[in-house]
Amino acid sequence: MAYSKKFLQEAYSTMTTIRQFEERMIKEFMAGNIPGFVHTYDGQEAVGVGVCSHLSDTDIIGSTHRGHGHCIAKGCDIELMILEIMGKQGGLCKGKGGSMHIADMDKGMLGANAIVGGGPPLCNGAALSMKTLGKKDVAVSFSGDGSSNQGTVMEALNLAGVLQLPHLFVFENNHLAEGTGDEYAVSGSIAGRVRAFDIPCDEVDGLDFFAVYEATKKAVAHCRAGKGPYGIEADVIRFDGHFIGDPQAYRGDGELADLRANKDCLKIFRARVTGEGWLTDADLDELDEAASQAIEKGVQRGLSAPEPDLSELTSDVYCSY
Amino acid sequence: MSDAQNQGLPVKTYREAINEALHQEMQRDPTVIILGEEVVGGAGCKGSDEAYGGVFGLTKGLGPTFGRDRVIDTPITESAIIGAAAGAANTGLRPIAELMFVDFIGVCFDQIFNQAAKFRYMFGGKAKTPMVIRATAGAGLRAAAQHSGMLHPVLTHMPGLKVVMPSSPYDAKGLMVSAIRDDDPVVFLEHKVLYETSGPVPDELYTVPFGEAAFLREGADCTIVAFSAMVNRAVAVADKLAAEGIRCDVIDPRTTSPLDAEAILESVEVTGRLVIVDEANPRCSLAADVSSMAAEHAFSSLRAPIKCITAPHAPVPFAPGLEDAYVPSEARIEQAVRDVLGGR
Repeated sequence: MAYSKKFLQEAYSTMTTIRQFEERMIKEFMAGNIPGFVHTYDGQEAVGVGVCSHLSDTDIIGSTHRGHGHCIAKGCDIELMILEIMGKQGGLCKGKGGSMHIADMDKGMLGANAIVGGGPPLCNGAALSMKTLGKKDVAVSFSGDGSSNQGTVMEALNLAGVLQLPHLFVFENNHLAEGTGDEYAVSGSIAGRVRAFDIPCDEVDGLDFFAVYEATKKAVAHCRAGKGPYGIEADVIRFDGHFIGDPQAYRGDGELADLRANKDCLKIFRARVTGEGWLTDADLDELDEAASQAIEKGVQRGLSAPEPDLSELTSDVYCSY
Repeated sequence: MSDAQNQGLPVKTYREAINEALHQEMQRDPTVIILGEEVVGGAGCKGSDEAYGGVFGLTKGLGPTFGRDRVIDTPITESAIIGAAAGAANTGLRPIAELMFVDFIGVCFDQIFNQAAKFRYMFGGKAKTPMVIRATAGAGLRAAAQHSGMLHPVLTHMPGLKVVMPSSPYDAKGLMVSAIRDDDPVVFLEHKVLYETSGPVPDELYTVPFGEAAFLREGADCTIVAFSAMVNRAVAVADKLAAEGIRCDVIDPRTTSPLDAEAILESVEVTGRLVIVDEANPRCSLAADVSSMAAEHAFSSLRAPIKCITAPHAPVPFAPGLEDAYVPSEARIEQAVRDVLGGR
């Protein structure tokens, strides 16, 4: 057996937690229990979990507006996430950031980011700290095909190359930047862009947890060994809209049904581990149920929690006044 | 517009008014183009030919009518969008660049304030940059810190930029037409809570001039200057106080650059009392700007300290209760008017 049972259970547990978390956030949003704009990660779980399986709390990740999955994969507390996403007291960011700005510095989660392309330059900074302070940690930025078109991302790639920073650039190409396809909006290829900066880049099937896991193992080892930045372009799909409530008029006939039937990374994981005889369906069902219960507990806590005190309106603008 | 002028006019939303201005100006002038993210939507996808028409639907119908060569979906690439608009504006087109949320201006600010805004002056008056930057601004949708800003003070600070922020559907259409026809770079800020508000809007093309304030209410007791979505709140307060016999001038400058200082000062000379309402942060703001103008040029007319009702010096919070407390409320405006009137 190539992977321990415990490892596989943990990986699946995190993936199913993300899936069910997002499905529940959609339900709660539609019920009016979540304010604002929410962008869900369902469909891309194998990437977030495959990458973050190699990271500890002292490694840093920079996320995107689609950040819930990265948070969970990096170990953020899901109850505190739910409080945050509902805008409640005690949330990860005291209810002041919300879904698009959710962060947890204690877990090395440098933040979701509502500015497309905002994360990679920041992760260069995190990587610079690691390099300067002599740590063996690694910074990982998550970007989409959309942000691969931002100048900030191109500049971050160049600087990471120039300074040989321990920065893994993960591009999750879900082929949709909001409602614009990468075939139209990305001239050339994302992996090609990374390589143009003399940064090695692997292209992986982002629906295959094991492919992502193995590619990241190699990439993270490269970064930790002081050999400079690395890139991964993961080919994935997005199960839902750009935001919750998006009518998704850009989808073709039968497109979503096809994705759910044939490109579900959880089903692919299940088929693999049961096929290999590594885990049974019963093992996996148990993990599904445990995740469901944990999310239910978090949602109930979120629904009954009070909103932040009004005194929080002007706190935390500065460290000192 | 007076009520008499409104009679018989079709009623349209703020969104429809802007959309109509874009349609009619593109029809009138083939050099007008639009570029931005999802202005048509669905490029490179298998679904609808017009998946969005702008994320808030402002450019709906323009893609199918004028084609993707004139209504251009761009990648998410704000610096390249604004730079292309500025360069095209210098060389024969009249581009309208959509930034989606004004907060995204941070990504491309160089192209705006170092490039577009300065061309004419730096090049000795030889350049023209007839471009419009459209963006949605303001709090109210629980969109939190990076999607809810009011950045007009930062933009107004920049010589060479014109800054427009309509508060009504009528002004939105007329100011958009003026913006498109203006030879300078214009930032056109649409407040997101105003999109569904409605009012009388003529079907035909008309312009609302820049630098000409609108008096929404008239009264000799107090001057209220309000911007963008705050105008409606100021009007509501003025109407409430009018029932008690307190009469206020409610002034909507409509453009912050140029600013109709004369209208504000003339009003203050009569009322002697000034309340300024702005959703932006207070430091180095339009509220501070108008306040200093009144103190400098109408000091002898002032009968009470000027009051500025603004957001606090903090980013926009996410939680609904915090966001509601962040934006100036009618209660705060009313209290300010009563305060400058000595507790009436």
